[in-house]
Amino acid sequence: MNAIHVIEPGLESTVQDLGRFGYAQLGVSASGAADALALRAGNLLVGNAENAAALEMTLTGATLVFEGDAVIAVTGSDFGADLPLWSAVEMKTGSVARFGATRSGARCYVAVRGGLAVGKVLGSASMHVASGLGGRPLAKGAILPIGNEAIRRARSVRAAQPPAEGPLRVTRGPQADWFGDELYGAPYTVTASWNRMGVRLHGPPVPSPAGHMLTEGVGLGAVQIPPNGQPIILFVEHQTTGGYPKPASVISADLWRVGQLVPRREVRFELVSLEAARELLRRQEEWLYSLV
Amino acid sequence: MEIRPASDRSLLVSFGDRISLESHSDVLRLLRAFEELPRGILNLHPAYASVLIDFDPRRATHGEIERLVRARWEEAQAMPMAEPRRLEIPVRYGGECGPDLEDVARYTGFSAAEIVRRHTSAEYVVYFLGFSPGFPYLGGLPPELAIPRLPAPRKEVPAGSVAIGGSQTGIYPMSTPGGWRLIGRTTVRLFDAAANPPALLRTGDRIRFVPLP
Repeated sequence: MNAIHVIEPGLESTVQDLGRFGYAQLGVSASGAADALALRAGNLLVGNAENAAALEMTLTGATLVFEGDAVIAVTGSDFGADLPLWSAVEMKTGSVARFGATRSGARCYVAVRGGLAVGKVLGSASMHVASGLGGRPLAKGAILPIGNEAIRRARSVRAAQPPAEGPLRVTRGPQADWFGDELYGAPYTVTASWNRMGVRLHGPPVPSPAGHMLTEGVGLGAVQIPPNGQPIILFVEHQTTGGYPKPASVISADLWRVGQLVPRREVRFELVSLEAARELLRRQEEWLYSLV
Repeated sequence: MEIRPASDRSLLVSFGDRISLESHSDVLRLLRAFEELPRGILNLHPAYASVLIDFDPRRATHGEIERLVRARWEEAQAMPMAEPRRLEIPVRYGGECGPDLEDVARYTGFSAAEIVRRHTSAEYVVYFLGFSPGFPYLGGLPPELAIPRLPAPRKEVPAGSVAIGGSQTGIYPMSTPGGWRLIGRTTVRLFDAAANPPALLRTGDRIRFVPLP
C-alpha cells in the first residue's frame, strides 16, 4: 500500500476529518479539522469526499516522504514548502515535502487522493489531542497509509484562500442579555494559551455579570467570559458543558479563521444577525463547491 | 420549555434555572425523544436543566429544528420512561488511592472511616455526562462532606479517581488535570472508546459507591 512516511512530525501534526458527531451526550466533543474549510477544499481538489482524513499541521510543519506515487493538495496557511498551495500536485515515489514555520496562519493541511487510511474511533479518524481519543499527535517515523477512496477526478484548478481580514463575525450567545457591548469595542490579542480546545484572548476585561449561571451545554465557537473578564473562544476540542456565561458565538462561516489565529494576532468581534450569518455561510459554500 | 438560539448552528432548550429532579426528568424525556438523531442534528449536550442541540446549518434552520423539538416533545409526553438503572462502583478509599482523604477528614471534622461511611451510604443521580469523555455530574453528596477545591489543580489526576469538589462528587474517567480532592479510586472503566456504548454511565443512572477493603 502506498504511504506517507513522517520523517519529522513538526510541532503538533494530527490526522483529522470533519469530526466525531453524536457523542456529546457522553462528554465527547466533535474534534475535527481546526480549519475545516481548508480540509474540505483540499479533499475536493484531489477528488476525495470532503470528509476524507487528511494531515493537519500546526505552526511548524512536518517533513514527509512519499512511498508510492500520490496526488496531494496543500491548503490552509503557507508553511514554506516548495509546493503550490490550494492546487492538486503529483508527488512521485521517493519525493520529499518539507514544511517549515508558518508564513501566515496557524494551520496547514495535506489532503491526499484516496484519503489517509487510518482507523476510525467512534465513526471518525479525527485525533482528539486532549483526551487521546483517536490517537496522539504523530511521532517521528509514523507511517500514514494512503487509501483508495477517491470519488472523482482530481482538479487542476488553483483555488485562492478566502480572505481572512476584518472582524470575526458573531451572533448573540445564550447569555447575550447579561452583557453590554463591551466585547465589540477595542481589539483583543490572541494569547499563548491557545490550542484546539480553546483560544484565550487578552484585552479590556468584559465585566462579568452577576447572573445565576447553571452549567449548560456549550458548542464550537462559543465566546465565554470567565470571572477575569478575558474572553475564551471554545474550539474543536471544547468541553461539552461549561459554567461561564456566553455573550456571543462565532458564525459558522468564520470558524475556519479561528483555526488560523496565531498568538499575538489581534481580533475584533462584530455582531451580525442570524440571517446575515446564514447568507455568509451560503456564499462560502458556493465558493467551496466551485472547486468541484 | 424555553428554546432560544445559542449560535448560528445551535439551539438551547431550557427547563428552568435550578438543579432539581423535576428539570432532570424533563432533560431525560427530551433525550428519549431524540434517541434516533434525525438528519441534520449533530449533537445533543444535556446538562442540569437544559439540552443544547447542535445542527448542521447547511441542512436546517433554527425554525425547522425548533418545530421538530416541539413536535417530538409533544410525542414524548406519552412515552413510558424506564426506571433508572442502578449501578455499584467499587472504590478503594484512602491511602495511595485517596491521597486527600485525611485532608477531607481534618476539614469536615469526621474520621476518615466516617467519611467513607457517609460517602458510601448515599445514592447519587447521574445528572449528565460532560466536561470530558465519560465524566459524570453527580447529585446527592451529603452536604456535610462538601470541601473547597484544591487551591491549585493537580497536573495529573489518575484515571478512576473518586473525588469531592465543593458540594459535588465525581469520578475522573481518564487521567486529566483536576482540582477536586481525591478520596479513593475505582478500577471500573468509565470510558472505553472500543466498547459499545463507550461510556459506562448515562444520564439518569443512579449509582452507589461500595468500599473495597
